[in-house]
Amino acid sequence: MIIGLDVGGTHTDVVLLDKDGLLREIKVLTDELDLFHTVLSGIEQISKGIKPKAIERIVLSTTLTTNLIVQGINPDFGMIVLSGPGINPEFFRTHEHYYVVGGALDHRGREVVPVDFAGLKKVVKKLKKADIRHVGVVGKFSARNPIHEQQVRDALRKSFQKVFLGHWISGSLNFPRRIATTFLNASVYPIHKKFFEAVQKTLEKHGLQVPIHILKADGGTMNFESSINYPGQTILSGPAASVMGAIPFSGEQEETLVLDIGGTTTDMAVILNKVPVLEGVGIEISGFKTLIRALKTSSVGLGGDSVVKIVNGRIVIGPERRGRAMAFGGPAPTPTDALCVLKIMPEGDAARAADGMTMLAEKLGRSVVETAQAVYEHFCAEVVRNARALVDDINSKPLYTVYEYWEGHQVKPDKILVLGGPAVFFADQIEKVSGIKTAAVPKCAIANALGAAFARTTCEVSLFADTQRGIMTAPEENFFERIGSSFTRDDAQKKTLELLTRKARKCGATSDDLEMDILENQQFNMVRGFSAAGRNIRIKAQVRPGLISGYQVIADKLSKEIVIMNGARQEC
Amino acid sequence: MLKARRKTGLVFFPAFDWAIDPTHPEREERLLYTQDQAMEEGLFDIEGLIEFKSQLVQEADVRRTHFCVPDVATVMTESHFISAGSAKRIGIAVMEKEVENGFALVRPPGHHARRVVHGARGFCNVNIEAMMIEYLRTAYGVRKVAVVDTDCHHGDGTQDIYWHDPDTLFISMHQDGRTLYPGTGFPEEMGGPNAAGTTLNIPLPPRTSEEGFLYIIENVVMPVLAEFKPDIIVNSAGQDNHYTDPLTDMNFSAQGYARLTELLRPDIAVLEGGYSIEGALPYVNIGIILAMAGLDYGMIKEPGYDPDKIRQTEQVTRQVERIGETVLNIWEKRHELTGKRQAGKMFEERKNRIYYDTDGIYETQQETIRICSDCAGALRIDSASDRGARILAVHIPLHACEKCRQTGVQWYDEAETQNYLKVFLQNRPDDAYLIK
Repeated sequence: MIIGLDVGGTHTDVVLLDKDGLLREIKVLTDELDLFHTVLSGIEQISKGIKPKAIERIVLSTTLTTNLIVQGINPDFGMIVLSGPGINPEFFRTHEHYYVVGGALDHRGREVVPVDFAGLKKVVKKLKKADIRHVGVVGKFSARNPIHEQQVRDALRKSFQKVFLGHWISGSLNFPRRIATTFLNASVYPIHKKFFEAVQKTLEKHGLQVPIHILKADGGTMNFESSINYPGQTILSGPAASVMGAIPFSGEQEETLVLDIGGTTTDMAVILNKVPVLEGVGIEISGFKTLIRALKTSSVGLGGDSVVKIVNGRIVIGPERRGRAMAFGGPAPTPTDALCVLKIMPEGDAARAADGMTMLAEKLGRSVVETAQAVYEHFCAEVVRNARALVDDINSKPLYTVYEYWEGHQVKPDKILVLGGPAVFFADQIEKVSGIKTAAVPKCAIANALGAAFARTTCEVSLFADTQRGIMTAPEENFFERIGSSFTRDDAQKKTLELLTRKARKCGATSDDLEMDILENQQFNMVRGFSAAGRNIRIKAQVRPGLISGYQVIADKLSKEIVIMNGARQEC
Repeated sequence: MLKARRKTGLVFFPAFDWAIDPTHPEREERLLYTQDQAMEEGLFDIEGLIEFKSQLVQEADVRRTHFCVPDVATVMTESHFISAGSAKRIGIAVMEKEVENGFALVRPPGHHARRVVHGARGFCNVNIEAMMIEYLRTAYGVRKVAVVDTDCHHGDGTQDIYWHDPDTLFISMHQDGRTLYPGTGFPEEMGGPNAAGTTLNIPLPPRTSEEGFLYIIENVVMPVLAEFKPDIIVNSAGQDNHYTDPLTDMNFSAQGYARLTELLRPDIAVLEGGYSIEGALPYVNIGIILAMAGLDYGMIKEPGYDPDKIRQTEQVTRQVERIGETVLNIWEKRHELTGKRQAGKMFEERKNRIYYDTDGIYETQQETIRICSDCAGALRIDSASDRGARILAVHIPLHACEKCRQTGVQWYDEAETQNYLKVFLQNRPDDAYLIK
């Protein structure tokens, strides 16, 4: 049996599944101030009466790290950066204890200036004086050669408890993002570690000895052990959980737009042939641009509980939210009230909802029902407009090869899946406005928890080989090997997949779920003085975000249930 | 968070799958390390630095500028449609005020491509700056344009296209043609009889360094620009004046290029040459982009950069000052020169012999321009290549007077097709292109 748990702003959804389908689903109230208690009570309630041995897998998607970052970080650690020539590293200063030390590598990872150990010593003194125990070390081009970061770590080992290195994070080039990501990892590390250690210990006491998987922003999971050095990867796992929950209902040959319509926002994403589209470089959160792999999502302040106003004779919805809809005791008219007035939604206090619409109708000079209809249509039109902007954004990504420009695929969604609380009531109108076939995800109020439960382990490896220098390296994996001049692109691919398999296993993947893609596969002949000097090879591979094997049986069952229910009423 | 002082657009198209041939300097690898440096510096994350996707040019965009023999599809590769489209996209972004200025960091380059194109010369097939400029003129009514070519090689293609156009000021500063391809670009090449002095050539002696380049920008280029008052300034931003470039013999630097860009303040920059792909391009490109965005470029330095080692000699300084004076003199006397060149003539003829070094083609041209003081003048080019292709090309300039229009149409109508593979009419006022 599998437990999937997704912590949301108000509720935490928990599901229990086995090979025959959904066994249990519960909701517990989220206590932001005591997430530990929230998560534990969720697990305890859903597994009541179940033999601990029967549970094979637990996947948690929490808001722990996201909240820490959004609420503002109070960093009690140091940052040391090795920049060399380029943009002034002062621009990337993270906080007070940020120091630049001499030392430079070039774009191929060759040393240009050695590490300034004398300068480093002075920095160590200052950090010690400030009673700092953790340090992040980030070098420019460390994704090509980690030698400087490692040298600095060796020099710091005796003075500090934990040293975070920039090259651990990603094989992608981006020094400012490497700094920001290392900074975030170091910031959330102590609390992340304490939290999951406590969860694990408590569960063990209950006899639950299964490894805990944690959901990441890219819709994949990793086990607790491998999350220790990269806790930042768990940021914004919530939107990812919903997208993963929609995958079973998107088709093999379909381009699907996923709209998660909540109370406050609508989160949007795109799934192509059952694979979600990933963010180009990494997540952006609270002004930090990072190298954290994430699903490409966009969020707009349009939800069922968004406040509706009339400004200059026109309807304006959101982004403000003042509690629930008037139909449920809230203070201001909302799209949910429009649904109630139009009798699209049977729940709620129709009289109060009509009061809300009346306030708007007077300003518009139209009848209450006309106004409700206008609000309903405007809401759906705005959701579709924002979704189109996301698709345009995906299609406007610059391309760097002739092949991509001439063969380049343009995303053109042929299906919309809606999920979230009020989503089902908007589906028809969204279909009308967009002209795209629209359906609600079965069990769409718990699709997020299902998505977490089904998510497979993902990871990524980048390999860089330079036959002129006779080296290949994957700094993230702490991998370095000498190569001969006959080393080929095929050899590089093979090595990359080997490293990827090893990494995925370490992160908790099972052999059934090692669906791997080569994301980047480039080879350049290096020519010096009009003759070939070597080959510069870059390979990037991933375990594709997706669902664990066996999910389809359960998804099919859910689909059937929904067909039966459709006879009576579609329930969300 | 790093924020641009001037909103700057960028189209980056490194054409990682296109080369003239595998060991040619114009090859896949050329912008690889520039990409690495730009990505590692987080350039595309700077607020106010906006990366656009290229919009492929159409054949109509090509025909507005060029006469392609036998046709557009034959002389262009897919890569040219994208690289020219990148320059065009930047032009649009600037005109639409999406950005204040922009840089097309693209290959293949274009400044050796002349109005008539039989093939590739100097690694160029079509002139991507000229196609962009002519598009902006048609779509946005831009009139006066200055092209400042800071590539180490003389921009002879751009010079040819704007030779007769008084609305386009073309300034090329380059290594002296006696020591480098294409062997032209001397001060006496100052434009045709209708546009004398709006072509300015500034040949610089080998080993000119930061001092010399910046001297010319400050003392010649900027004063001339101030007087010409262009609607837009285009910089053909070749980077082969760098002290590590393998094909040239100059002593310029990343700091120098950034400062040059800061002084020139181009609206649109387009990459041309530059073949020191590891030692120069990663740093020069970053320097130019930061300068365009109004950001501090003070720490952008090549490994091993030492200004003392590349400093120019006293002799070079004197030569640079002298050439500056000669060119300023031409500029000041341009109206007088135009008058003299036009006096008593109806037409002027010019014979051109053009070698396409990349494709190994010889072309001979017999060019006729109608002398005109009201417009750029109707132009007729009778061109034959050693491959046996002879064409007649007639160009009616964008702001043609009635007489030049009539002359152009008459030339086209009267041309006897049996003598030519094709006869073309490039009718710019009507944005039309006829072939017979």
